[in-house]
Amino acid sequence: MATTEPGRRTTEPGRRTRPPERVRVVLGDVARQQAARRGGQMRAELEEQSGVGEALVRGLMRAQLGLALRLALVVAVGLGGLPLLFAVAPTVAGLRPFGIALPWVLLGVAAYPFLFAVGATYVWLSERTEREFAELVDRKRT
Amino acid sequence: MNHYALPAVVLVTLATVAIGAYGLRLARTTSDFLVASRAVSPRWNAAAISGEYLSAASFLGVAGLVLLNGVDMLWYPVGFAAGYLALLLFVAAPLRRSGAFTLPDFCEVRLGSLRLRKLATAFVLFIGWLYLVPQLQGAGLTLQTIAGAPYWLGVVIVAGVVTAHVALGGMRAITFVQAFQYWLKLTALALPAMFLFAEWRGDGQPLVAGPADLDWLLPDGGALFGTYSLILATFLGTMGLPHVLVRFYTNSDGRAARRTTLVVLGLVGLFYLFPAMYGALGRVYAPELVVSGRTDSVVLMLPAAALGGLAGKLLGALVAAGAFAAFLSTSSGLLTSVAGVLSTDVLGRGRGSVRDFRVAALVAGFVPLVLALRISGLNVSTVVGLAFAVAASSFCPLLVLGIWWRGLTAPGAAAGIVAGGGAAVASVFWTVAGAPAPDWAETLVAQPAAWTVPLAFTVMIGVSVLTRHRVPAGVGSIMLRLHAPDSLRL
Repeated sequence: MATTEPGRRTTEPGRRTRPPERVRVVLGDVARQQAARRGGQMRAELEEQSGVGEALVRGLMRAQLGLALRLALVVAVGLGGLPLLFAVAPTVAGLRPFGIALPWVLLGVAAYPFLFAVGATYVWLSERTEREFAELVDRKRT
Repeated sequence: MNHYALPAVVLVTLATVAIGAYGLRLARTTSDFLVASRAVSPRWNAAAISGEYLSAASFLGVAGLVLLNGVDMLWYPVGFAAGYLALLLFVAAPLRRSGAFTLPDFCEVRLGSLRLRKLATAFVLFIGWLYLVPQLQGAGLTLQTIAGAPYWLGVVIVAGVVTAHVALGGMRAITFVQAFQYWLKLTALALPAMFLFAEWRGDGQPLVAGPADLDWLLPDGGALFGTYSLILATFLGTMGLPHVLVRFYTNSDGRAARRTTLVVLGLVGLFYLFPAMYGALGRVYAPELVVSGRTDSVVLMLPAAALGGLAGKLLGALVAAGAFAAFLSTSSGLLTSVAGVLSTDVLGRGRGSVRDFRVAALVAGFVPLVLALRISGLNVSTVVGLAFAVAASSFCPLLVLGIWWRGLTAPGAAAGIVAGGGAAVASVFWTVAGAPAPDWAETLVAQPAAWTVPLAFTVMIGVSVLTRHRVPAGVGSIMLRLHAPDSLRL
């Protein structure tokens, strides 16, 4: 008896003593509140390092590392391939655009704007990834 | 002899001291000292980082090597610049977010091991001092070249000014000085270069390399191992240099660190457009330097040799001033980081006080002073290249794996640093001692990075996998801190 009584008390009188309040329902508000609740939940999962939180961080890391590796590959081929190219095809090294030997043009001048362009691409894309991640965590899960 | 050069050098030294004193008035707290209170804007910070980075090797050494050995040497400046790209891609933002001020700090934050911290400290000191010696040597040679002063005088002046400066002003003062010195160095190299180029055109564009100089003009296909080793060392070594890392903590957050690095990449690349021009025009206007073996001084000699007259002397003085700025700024940066590590990890009682930092600066400056006075025959760029190789084989794997791989363990990291870094250090001693190596090993020892870097990565990963149970428990929350966007403020 002592075990069944509290159970009855919480279910039955609960409905009687608290009549539903009248609220105006605006669909947009509801969507926003739900999103905020879900966002808070994501944030908590991140902070607690739950399974979901860890998976989120892993996904972010994979995206950023993948981007970095792809751009490093661009440099490895575009710049790192040059010594090999010059060794395999000496005639290429002998070309003279603007009257200056090609290796000098490529290594002395062109390399620097190339490196800067790759760097700028990385900053732009990695910031975009982070922005998307932040939106995912703070707003709505799409 | 150039009568304008000595006053120019004195002026640069005085300006450095004066700007440092101005910064000193602003430096009030320990935080100002060590990290400039993290209140340095990306533009100032980027100019300061570039100012600190462009050393004697960049200002004098690259041109000298190009004059002597030709196109293959262009990989030095390309690699020095590309190192900042590697830093940007793999390290910049997460490293800033880690909150580590030095490499030993990073070891402790990421792997929680005090023994690993000690090992990292030893490597920071080794790399820092190895890199400081050629800066002081460069100063000695410069004063010798422009004023006929004894070699030791330049060494002692630069060591003294820099030590006093770092001990009194700390990071806040240094930041102003470094930023000023970047622009000074760029001007000092670019302006005379334009005059030289105009002179060369005016002379009817005399041939830089005749048919007899094809070895100099075209890449040496037989030296691929050395070339790739050099590329690897400079590309991956930059991130492991102690004075580069210290600067990252002065950014406000990870995003600022990334943007700062990009600006640095631009500024450094702009600077490197010029040294090769000195090397190439040196073939035309100062060929006697190749014969006499004094190629390191081509930047200092060329304006007077090519232009002559008052203009040549004034531009020569400007170049000498820029060279001195290079020694002063790089040595200050190195000394700040070495002193920071010394004060917190070796001398200090807990977190360094300003007094500890000052004592450490004196010790940190004294060691390379003694070394530079004892060793004088080594090529400036060779020593710097070796410092890059050691950094690339020890700290680069530690940083990259520590940031991107959860499985790294403290024993794994230590084993990798000892194996790769140790092998590189052994190569350095071998080269510095001038011991003869068997033919097949000569390149392996002179340009060790191509085998020591893979060795370090392999050992680090292998031992970490074997000691899987030692993966730190909190690795998930550390990764979150390193990689979560700053805007989330977790």
